[in-house]
Amino acid sequence: MWKWLHPYAKAQTAYRLCNILLPYFAMIAVLSLIVGWVWGLGFAPADYQQKDSYRIIFIHVPSAILSMGAYSSMAIAAFIALVWQLKNAELAVIAIAPVGAAVTLIALITGAAWGKPMWGAWWVWDARLTTELILLFLYLGVISLYNAFEDKGSAGRASCILALVGSINLPIIHFSVEWWNTLHQGATITKFDGSAIDPSMFWPLMVNILAFSAFVGTVVLIRLKNEILLCEKHRPWVRDLVKSQTQNVTSEIGDNNAV
Amino acid sequence: MNPRRKKRMVTLLAVVFGLGSAVALVLYALQGNINLFYTPTELIQGKGPEKQKPLVGQKLRIGGMVVPGSVKRDPDSLHVEFKLMDTGPTVKVIYKGILPDLFREGQGIVAQGNLIAPNIIEAFEVLAKHDEEYMPPEVAEAVKGIKHQKPVYNNVKGDS
Repeated sequence: MWKWLHPYAKAQTAYRLCNILLPYFAMIAVLSLIVGWVWGLGFAPADYQQKDSYRIIFIHVPSAILSMGAYSSMAIAAFIALVWQLKNAELAVIAIAPVGAAVTLIALITGAAWGKPMWGAWWVWDARLTTELILLFLYLGVISLYNAFEDKGSAGRASCILALVGSINLPIIHFSVEWWNTLHQGATITKFDGSAIDPSMFWPLMVNILAFSAFVGTVVLIRLKNEILLCEKHRPWVRDLVKSQTQNVTSEIGDNNAV
Repeated sequence: MNPRRKKRMVTLLAVVFGLGSAVALVLYALQGNINLFYTPTELIQGKGPEKQKPLVGQKLRIGGMVVPGSVKRDPDSLHVEFKLMDTGPTVKVIYKGILPDLFREGQGIVAQGNLIAPNIIEAFEVLAKHDEEYMPPEVAEAVKGIKHQKPVYNNVKGDS
C-alpha cells in the first residue's frame, strides 16, 4: 500500500520532488497573498464592534493556524524519523522548525498589537496567550537542541523527541479558550453551529490562510532542499549537481565578459 | 512492520501518552489558578464546590458584563464607576484610568484589582473582552438589532 512512498526515502528522489513542488507552492503563495491582503485589508467591510482594527485578523489568524499546522507536521515528521529512522524525515523536522518559530512570533506580535486597542493590554497571562508562547519556546528548543550537539545523529534524535513530546501542547492551545475563562475569545471558524464570521470577511480570511500555508510550504521546501544538499554533500549526485550548476554560471559570466 | 520498529513505535506512543496524561493532571489540578477571573455571582456566592469566597483586600480578577446605565464618570478626572453582572447579583467596580476602545455598556470586560468591600472592587486594570463573531455593521444591525454608538455616560457627582 505504501510502496509508492519508498523511493522518497532516498535523498536524491526527495530532492527532485522538492524541485517539482516548489514552483507550484511559490506561485500559489504569491497570488493568494496579493489577493488575500488586498481583499482583506482593502475591500472587506469593517466590523460592527471593532471597526477597522479587526483587519489584523487577516494576518493574525493565518499565522496562528500555521504555527500549529507547522508544529503538527513537524511532530509527524519527528515520529516517522524516530520509528522508521528516515534521515529525510529528520531533515524535514529541522527544515520546519525555524519557519514555524517565525509564524508563531508573527502570531504573538500581531496578537499583542490587536490586544492593546481592543482589550486594553499588550499582554495578558491568559491560557491561550501563554500556551502559544510555550509553542514558540518549543520551536526554539528544537532548533537549539539540534545545534547543541556535535554529532548530527544524536542531535537529530534529541530534537525529534522534543518535537514529538511538545505536540501535547497543540490540543491545549486549541481548547484553551473552552476549558478556561480566558480573555481571548472562542474559536470563530470551527464553531460548531456554523462559522461566526460573516461571509464577506470569511472568504478573504480563507484566501489568506491558503496564502500563508503555501508560503510556509515554499520556505520549508527551500530549506529542506538545502538540508538535503548539506547532509549529502559528499555524495556523487550532489557533486554532479554542483558541477552542472557552476558550469552554467561560469558560462554565463563568460558570455557577459564577451559582451 | 518489523519488530524493532514496532517496539520503537510502542515506546514512543507510551512516552507521549504518559506525558500527556501527566500534563492533563497538572492542568486539572491548576484549574482554579488558570481561570482568568471570578464572575460576579462567584464573588458574592463563592466559587467552586466549596463555595470559597475571596477575602476583602485580596487581589483578584473579575469578569462580567457592564450593566447598562450603570457607568458613571467624573467630568474632571479619569475616575469612573460601573456595575458588573453575569446572571445574578451585581458588583461595583471603581477605576481610575483610560478604558479600552471596546468598553461599552453591555460589553463583557475583565477587571483586575483589589476587593475593598465584599462587592466593591478597586480596579487598576480594565480589559475588554469581545466575542468570536465578526460582521459588518449593517448585518449586526439586522441580526442582533445592535446599533453601535458611543455610549452616553452619567456623572459621578450631580444628578444622573
